[in-house]
Amino acid sequence: MEQDFGKLDAIISAYRGKKGVLIPLLQEAQNLEGYLSRPVLKYISEKMNVPAAEIYGVVTFYSMFRLVPQGKHIIRVCKGTACHVSDADGIKEALIENLKLEGGQVTTQDMQFTLMEVACLGCCSLAPVIMVDDQTFGKLTPQAIPGILEKFSF
Amino acid sequence: MEQITVKVGLASCGIAAGAEDVYHKLEEDLAQNAGAFNLQRTACIGMCFEEPIVELHGSNLGVVTLGRVTPELIGPLLDEYKAGKLPSTNVILAEQHSAPRNDLLANQKRIVLQNCGVIDPLSLADYEARGGYKALRKALALSREEIIAEIKDSGLRGRGGAGFSTGLKWTFAAAAKSEKKYIICNADEGDPGAFMDRSVLEGDPHKVLEGMIIGAYAMGADEGYIYCRAEYPLAIAHLKVAIAAAEEKRYLGQNILGSDFSFELHIKEGAGAFVCGEETALMQSIEGKRGMPIIRPPFPAESGLWGKPTNINNVETWANIAWILLNGAAAFRAMGTEKSPGTKVFALAGKIAGSGLIEVPMGIPIRDIIYKVGGGMKTEKPFKAVQMGGPSGGCIPAELLDTIVDYDSITATGAIMGSGGMVVMDSGTCMVDVARYFLNFTQNESCGKCTFCRVGTRRMLEILTRITEGKGELDDIGKLEALATNIIKGSLCGLGQTAPNPVLTTLRYFKHEYLAHIEEKRCPAGVCSALLKFEIKPDKCIGCTACARKCPVNCISGTVKQPHVIDQSKCIKCGACFKTCKFDAITKA
Ligand SMILES: Cc1cc2nc3c(=O)[nH]c(=O)nc-3n(C[C@H](O)[C@H](O)[C@H](O)COP(=O)(O)O)c2cc1C
Repeated sequence: MEQDFGKLDAIISAYRGKKGVLIPLLQEAQNLEGYLSRPVLKYISEKMNVPAAEIYGVVTFYSMFRLVPQGKHIIRVCKGTACHVSDADGIKEALIENLKLEGGQVTTQDMQFTLMEVACLGCCSLAPVIMVDDQTFGKLTPQAIPGILEKFSF
Repeated sequence: MEQITVKVGLASCGIAAGAEDVYHKLEEDLAQNAGAFNLQRTACIGMCFEEPIVELHGSNLGVVTLGRVTPELIGPLLDEYKAGKLPSTNVILAEQHSAPRNDLLANQKRIVLQNCGVIDPLSLADYEARGGYKALRKALALSREEIIAEIKDSGLRGRGGAGFSTGLKWTFAAAAKSEKKYIICNADEGDPGAFMDRSVLEGDPHKVLEGMIIGAYAMGADEGYIYCRAEYPLAIAHLKVAIAAAEEKRYLGQNILGSDFSFELHIKEGAGAFVCGEETALMQSIEGKRGMPIIRPPFPAESGLWGKPTNINNVETWANIAWILLNGAAAFRAMGTEKSPGTKVFALAGKIAGSGLIEVPMGIPIRDIIYKVGGGMKTEKPFKAVQMGGPSGGCIPAELLDTIVDYDSITATGAIMGSGGMVVMDSGTCMVDVARYFLNFTQNESCGKCTFCRVGTRRMLEILTRITEGKGELDDIGKLEALATNIIKGSLCGLGQTAPNPVLTTLRYFKHEYLAHIEEKRCPAGVCSALLKFEIKPDKCIGCTACARKCPVNCISGTVKQPHVIDQSKCIKCGACFKTCKFDAITKA
């Protein structure tokens, strides 16, 4: 299947020839589909004249890059120290349960939600905290989780 | 009468607590009643625990600050204020009256945070009205040597954690001979539990820019980077606005303020790797590579970004520069201790009443930070320890609460000053679990270059995990200590060199908790679930069967409307029953 790389081309041409641009380029490319597919990585490698192995090395080093399709909404559970001592694990369990994720699965069957952890969101005074897309929810209890998920599912 | 001004705190923490709803309500009110008051936005004054916060100005009451404001409450409270009456509820600070939080501010000394929560961070005019960019004008009239001498004399030490003399670092970078030099602002703020840099960038971005522009001039750099972690979208947005405004007024760009000095500034977003806060890894990352630390020397001052002389400082370090230049080294030295002059910003979090952002003079005892500035403990559970320095730091116990805040005194406890995260723990926190938490973090974040850091931290994590699961043995403690020594010796960068600190300090001050886990198979704080026993209280159980249905191993039995029982031989201590019970009928101990 031929893929249309029009948008990607626009991103690539904005960066080509400049130094130190691989990471911002990959970040923008990832924004297109929510993840970096194999054809996309290969295409970037060819157009930027950077070995695919080097790109893969960068992509796997940084936690922000994704190699598989993501759910429509990204849920980030804060694992900061303040959240940890305020039972962030209980919040994560409640999310897993409500999203019906099984056996280490991180994305729901219907591709609505992907659950991930983040080292710290820096809203420590509101611990425990989660972020859904770009909205932060604080002072959580496991009971609050269904109501929050409700807001994002339709 | 003077116009009433209403300022809403719209930093990340405020927004997360619902401040935008309050702001929108005020906008609606204004639309219906134009000119009724002035509506302004500001960032964080540091009392995150009281968010959403609204500040009222302009009546004969002086400034009154309200906390935990909701869209429903704001109208009536504002009406009271307008009528010259102290609002009947929600007042946290008042200029002319006693208010519950007045003391918390009174014990602070704010120079880095001087504008945070006061000005509109998106307004360059607000910053200028508070003396902004005066230091830059002053600097441009001085020689480069004079500026560096002032910074050196001030005794300012790097606020990113290691506490190295900023003046000395600048001297090295200034002395490097090269056509091209770079300066960098380290805004990676990776320590979990730390949000000082985020608040400064969100609340007063120009202060950081002004420090950097002065530094670039003094060291002869014409290009700079701010490396900001991507988890801080608001900070990045504010920086972009600030850079554009500064360029327009020629504080940045070609021929700054008509001089022959030019300086260009870029923002680089991180991509999620803790180790990229380490300076050599950070530069690798800006170059677009995997962020792996490299061996020093050569130090960045000789060969840094793209092989050029580079100076890197932390956000808070840069935010001190303009103040020092305007007020002089002596005024800076008048605060703090001899070896650690000035102030320090701390992020208070965990089991403390007044969690948020504070700035105090160095030399203040930790006890005063917690009880006077932080308002004491959050619940009636007693203080157990305060964690300082994040994954590189350690836990300071109650008996050392009188330790004063300076680089050397904190280091003597086995913890480190670090970047300023202070997480307060109470009797409900298990110290073995805390050590395991940090080792899990460093183990995950190790870049993998050094064997001891990569494999050693994993072995330590395995040992700590089995201790918390009740499978620990007495010689595990010796194994932890031996691994710690080797990881410290065998690691190239600060990540590995400090990774064992959380284990070493908890072993030093809380060995009895390790022993309780190992010898008695007991978790004194009641945290490690594998060591807990779950039981059903027959007098409270109404036989609703919710727990029995939840139990993954079907070890709860009983008939409907009759008290249930847990079969201890089958229980896997997952705690599901405890969380499910709505009648407080299940105990864990
Ligand atoms: C693993 C690791 C993580 C670090 N993270 C940060 C950070 O997030 N922010 C920071 O300013 N310094 C961090 N540092 C320290 C930097 O390497 C460097 O010392 C600092 O940016 C220098 O600035 P200063 O002299 O103004 O403190 C880290 C160091 C290590 C070893």
